[in-house]
Amino acid sequence: MDDWTAEAVAQVKADQQTAHRLFPVAARRGGPSARAALLGHVDAATVAALYRNGDAGERLAVLDALDRLDLGDAALPLVEDALRTNDARLVAAALGPYGARVLDDHAYRQGVLKCVFMAIPLERVAGLDERFDPELARMLAAYADERRAAGRTVPPDVLERI
Amino acid sequence: MRIFDPHVHMTSRTTDDYERMHGAGVRAVVEPAFWLGQPRTNVGSFLDYFDALLGWEPYRAAQHGIRHLCALALNPKEANDPRCVGVLGELPRYLLKESVVAVGEIGYDSMTPAEDRAFEAQLAMAAEHDLPVLVHTPHRDKAAGTRRTLDVVKGLPPGRVLVDHLNEVTVGMVADSGCWMGFSIYPDTKMDPGRMVAILQEYGTERMLVNSAADWGRSDPLRTRAVGEAMLAAGFTEDDVDRVLWRNPSAFYGVDPAAPVPGDDYAGNTIRRGG
Repeated sequence: MDDWTAEAVAQVKADQQTAHRLFPVAARRGGPSARAALLGHVDAATVAALYRNGDAGERLAVLDALDRLDLGDAALPLVEDALRTNDARLVAAALGPYGARVLDDHAYRQGVLKCVFMAIPLERVAGLDERFDPELARMLAAYADERRAAGRTVPPDVLERI
Repeated sequence: MRIFDPHVHMTSRTTDDYERMHGAGVRAVVEPAFWLGQPRTNVGSFLDYFDALLGWEPYRAAQHGIRHLCALALNPKEANDPRCVGVLGELPRYLLKESVVAVGEIGYDSMTPAEDRAFEAQLAMAAEHDLPVLVHTPHRDKAAGTRRTLDVVKGLPPGRVLVDHLNEVTVGMVADSGCWMGFSIYPDTKMDPGRMVAILQEYGTERMLVNSAADWGRSDPLRTRAVGEAMLAAGFTEDDVDRVLWRNPSAFYGVDPAAPVPGDDYAGNTIRRGG
């Protein structure tokens, strides 16, 4: 951990409100791992606030860190928010290990299908082998039918699941 | 010809524009926050707009190979609506963001006391956050408005101030002030490429910024390229063109737009299947 990050972590440990000032500048000042380091020392409400006040890079850092934070299902609304965006980075991050654990079946299936539509490779989706079910298979097959009807190709990572 | 457009409202433009801009050599833009065709009526409307300038619009631009940076502010026209002024309390947290390279557009529209208050408050924020300012000069009573603007910005080092939308009447006083000079090249109004070249011949290329200021009105994001071509046709060198269209905006905003974004690789393109 570099000096800036170590000092920032110390400040956040003493007063987590300082995270609102430090988190937005952390990647610039402390490097790529600084945001994750700060997130390890704030509560669930602060994690949510940092996400909601964040730009795309900050939101991505929160989503990527969720699996390593002890938040229970408190961060589910953040995952749901990210799945509503049109940013492939955020959608893919929402379907990381944390999202795969807390999303209900319907939301998880919709997320997987959204990845297919956004050309996000299914190998990026966490938990797909465990959570794959007949309903998701039906949805993917219907997608493949629609593609073929339009004279388009079906991506190989979809074909191998149906 | 590599082009950094220091003032363009991409939120109002289509993906066709992004493609044409990339084809013309545009590789970076700054989108300053401004008013829309329809006036806003509440603070939340600004926050969604700011979030779009920090989220969706850079993502959209990156898909066309263009780096999108922004300037944020409460614009002078909407500073006159008391329902919108509360956004000044939200701005400081936004000025910490990585892609925010300036405070702007600030300045005058109708030169009212409410505009004075918002202008002064945001100049102070810029000083506190060590950011340059992009100052809009009014379309109505421009010369008087520009003079008054130069008086108000005296608290900042002139090298941190861009006074925009200048023309033959207002360029001289801004040249004398030491502030950066901005020119918006439009199809019908403001400046055109031929007149821009004449100003560059008279005043030189130092502290000169040329922008398309393209927005939701009749405007053209390729006017920057047209100025570059008009400069070459008039005998300016390729180095002169590069200075005006790339190195000057990079220097004013203090960024290297060709550098990778720290902590954020904008993987929107590379994340895709087969991408």
